[in-house]
Order: sequence, then structure tokens, then C-alpha cells
Amino acid sequence: MSMLARVQVPAQARRGDVFPIRIAIQHPMETGYRPDNFGRRIAKNVINTLTCRYNGVEVFRAEMGSGVSANPQLQFYLRAENSGELVFDWVDDSGQSGSERAPITVTA
Amino acid sequence: MSADRRRFLVSCTALALVPALARAQQNPQRESLLRDVTRGAPLRTGRVVVDTPTLADNGHSVPLRIAVESPMTAADHVRRITILAERNPRPVVASYALGPHSGRAEIVTRIRVADIQDVIAVAELSDGSFWMGSAHVIVTELACLEG
Amino acid sequence: MLTLSAAAAEAPRPQPKSGIEYAGSDVRALQADDFGNPGMLWVARGEKLWNAPAGRSEKSCASCHRDAPATMKGVATRYPRRDAGGGELLNLEGRINQCRVQQQGAETWRYESEELLSLTAYVAHQSRGMPVNIGINEANRVNFERGRDIYYRRQGQMNLACTHCHEQNAGRKLLADTISEGHGNAYPVYRLEWQSAGSLHRRLRACYFGVRAEQPAAGSAELVDLELYLASRARGLRVETPGVRR
Repeated sequence: MSMLARVQVPAQARRGDVFPIRIAIQHPMETGYRPDNFGRRIAKNVINTLTCRYNGVEVFRAEMGSGVSANPQLQFYLRAENSGELVFDWVDDSGQSGSERAPITVTA
Repeated sequence: MSADRRRFLVSCTALALVPALARAQQNPQRESLLRDVTRGAPLRTGRVVVDTPTLADNGHSVPLRIAVESPMTAADHVRRITILAERNPRPVVASYALGPHSGRAEIVTRIRVADIQDVIAVAELSDGSFWMGSAHVIVTELACLEG
Repeated sequence: MLTLSAAAAEAPRPQPKSGIEYAGSDVRALQADDFGNPGMLWVARGEKLWNAPAGRSEKSCASCHRDAPATMKGVATRYPRRDAGGGELLNLEGRINQCRVQQQGAETWRYESEELLSLTAYVAHQSRGMPVNIGINEANRVNFERGRDIYYRRQGQMNLACTHCHEQNAGRKLLADTISEGHGNAYPVYRLEWQSAGSLHRRLRACYFGVRAEQPAAGSAELVDLELYLASRARGLRVETPGVRR
């Protein structure tokens, strides 16, 4: 199954305003310490990097380890500059990647 | 330096410096961990708020908010926030790169906390200074487990 | 040690209290936050599955049932349910699998699979805020009585029945937990301990484990009967799906 994610970005913001961004991704964030039902260790597999680009410019980057909870969620802030698009990209240890995008309209 | 070798050296130092023993036992890895984050630069306490419940319902998912006092301008902003849980098997929980476009140096997330411990956040500012804050978290256990 | 007796079981019960009322402030806030509630990820996946064609019919749920927020509203408040014409008592999971086989020409989903959990969560979510409304009638009385018998039957090495914890000692402390009344009105729930969403039957099996009893299979007739009895106890409580629990 593909990685399911939800992002929350205000549809509209005034230039200069600081607004919250929220993202939640369905992912077990396997620590590598957990055994399966047969007692075999499940390999570590966490979303190790998540980036957010605002009109092509990287404005936020998270590097995560096994200490981040399963189904990771994150809230951070951005300052509204221009209308355009926020693009979120992430990748896990197994190489599987995911992406979400959200438009934003910035008013004067 | 490998983690094992570092631990070994830390315990040697602790044995040599008896007055420091109690402190070293409490936080066996803290100093080397912080040194890794600051790359040896001085670290001051303050400016960083770590907000988390004192009694966490479940160590798998502890809510955490980190806020750093900063105007977040091009000239004066937070470059990076690193979260450490020193008693976790991998103590570096996450690290976030921010900048003036962030507008506000605040992160809200949920983390795994393996044991009763201090959760530490270190902020690296644009002037190269490092600041830290921490919060003590007590992880409680469920009465009924699935086995 | 507690001395437990089944005699108190006959006393009239006050208004049922949802498990969320026994939860701490973090769990409550998480459940109330539709973005932060991780169970909403399963609901979102369920919505995709609702609209995805499946089986030989190449029909999706939406092909027949259309718009779930309209057509599935209130459905979860009436489950488990037995058709008037007979057949077995079905919970939502059972009904979904029956639909897959009979209407879509698809294979059943394994109980506790991500697909079955997600679609169940999506369907139950359409009843969020509505009171559990189980009626006991000729069609389901046998199941109700069997479920009640299980509820009051001592079992396992601990020799405990459901009632001993969740009726006679609800609200009291067990280690760092507060014992809840054991209602199913928030299921499927996201449980922090599971680090995942899970079904009521997963939770019930954990209770069987807790009293060191043999665990019936998820989806078994025994657990669906017990689910019906629990729903009758929870009558009037509002559906919370997807709930959040410790």
C-alpha cells in the first residue's frame, strides 16, 4: 500500500503572517528492536527525512530516527511570502518515498 | 569514536573522578551527546522551552512542543533544533532545520520515550550559539498488556 | 487483593460512561483533534477503499451505497445486526466481508488487515456523535443471551469475568490505569500501546489474554455475540470512531 498522508495548510494567508503547517503520515516507524510473531527481529524502517519546499525553495527539513512515534505527526511554522505551492517529500529507510502538495494563496 | 568506546571512556572517567560518579551514573551519555550536537561549542541553558506532560500515558507516543525564543529574521534566527532522549536506545530523536522563512521557531510532534528521563532540546542559532532546555518525563505503564 | 462477587451484577446501572472519560488529558485532546487523531489516517484510507472497484463485479462500495456520509450515517449504531431472514449475527467487519463476497465477487479481507480496519473505521465514523441504538428482539435474542453469559462467565487462570473489572470495579485503579466500563463505542480505535488502529475484537482478545483464558479468534461467533451484549450495555453512548485510547 502506498504511504497515506494528510497535510493541513491554510488556503489563504496575508503576506508576512506566520501560519502553522501540520503533516501526518501513516507509517509504523519500525525501531528495529521489535520482534514479529515468529520472534524474528523486524528491520529498522523509519521515515528518515522529510522536507518542505515553498515555491521550489526548501524552507524546512526534518531528520528523524526511531525515537519518533509511529504514524509521525509534525507541526511547524512558515511565513507567508507569495502565492504558490508547498511540496512535502519524505523517504523511509527502505527507500519508499511519499509526497503531498498544497496550494496557498497569499494576499497583500 | 564508536558508541561503545565512548561509553567505556565515559565510565573510566567516572571511576577516576569519584565526586562526578553520581552525576555520571544519572546521565551516562549526556555530555558526549551534547558535545556531538554542538561540535564542542559552548552550550547555554535558556531560550528553549520543552513542553511535555510530566506523566506520559504511554512511552510510545509522548506529545512534545519545543519553542525557541527568537525573532526569526535573516540576521537573527534559529538554524536547527535537535531533540535528545538520552535513555532511548538511539538518543538522537530528531533534528529540524529552520530558517528566517519559518517565522516562528516552534515544533510540535510526538516521540517515543523509553524510560523516565529528561527530554532535551538544543537550538543552534544563526550567530553560532547553542541553547538548551529540557523537561523531565515519567513514563507510566498500562495495567493490561497483550503479551 | 480484591474480593470479587457476581452478586452486584444485578444492581441497576447508572448512565454508561465512555472510556474517553477515564482517559487523561493528552488522550482526550488527541481524540478531539481531527488532524492529530492518528485514527483519521485509517478513516482516510477507508474512504479511498469505499470508492475503489473490487472483485469480479468491478463495483465499489460507492457504486451501490453512493455517498457514505449520507447512506452510512447511523449504521454503526445498529451493529452487530442479524437480518430478519436469518443468517448469522454480523458486526460491521462481517457485513463488509459479506458484501465483498456476495455483491462485489471479491475475496474476504482478513480480520485486522489494514483494509478491513480502514473501511470499518470509515463506515463507523459516519455515525460519530450518534447514540448507540441496539434493540434486542427475536432476531438477536439468542446472541444477546450468549453474549451476556460470556460477560458474566468466570474464565481463565485468573478466574475472572468481564463484569469483575468493567462493571464491579469500573473507575477504580489497576496499577497506573483506571478501569473503564469496557464499552465499544469508539472502535476501531487508535491505541497508543498498539501504535496503530485496531478492532474491538483485538481489544477483547487482549482481555482474554489478561485473564489467561483461551482466546477466541477475531471475528468468531463468540466475540460477535459478546460485541452485541457490549453494544446493549453501551446504549445511549455516542459513537466516537475513531477513538483514541492509551
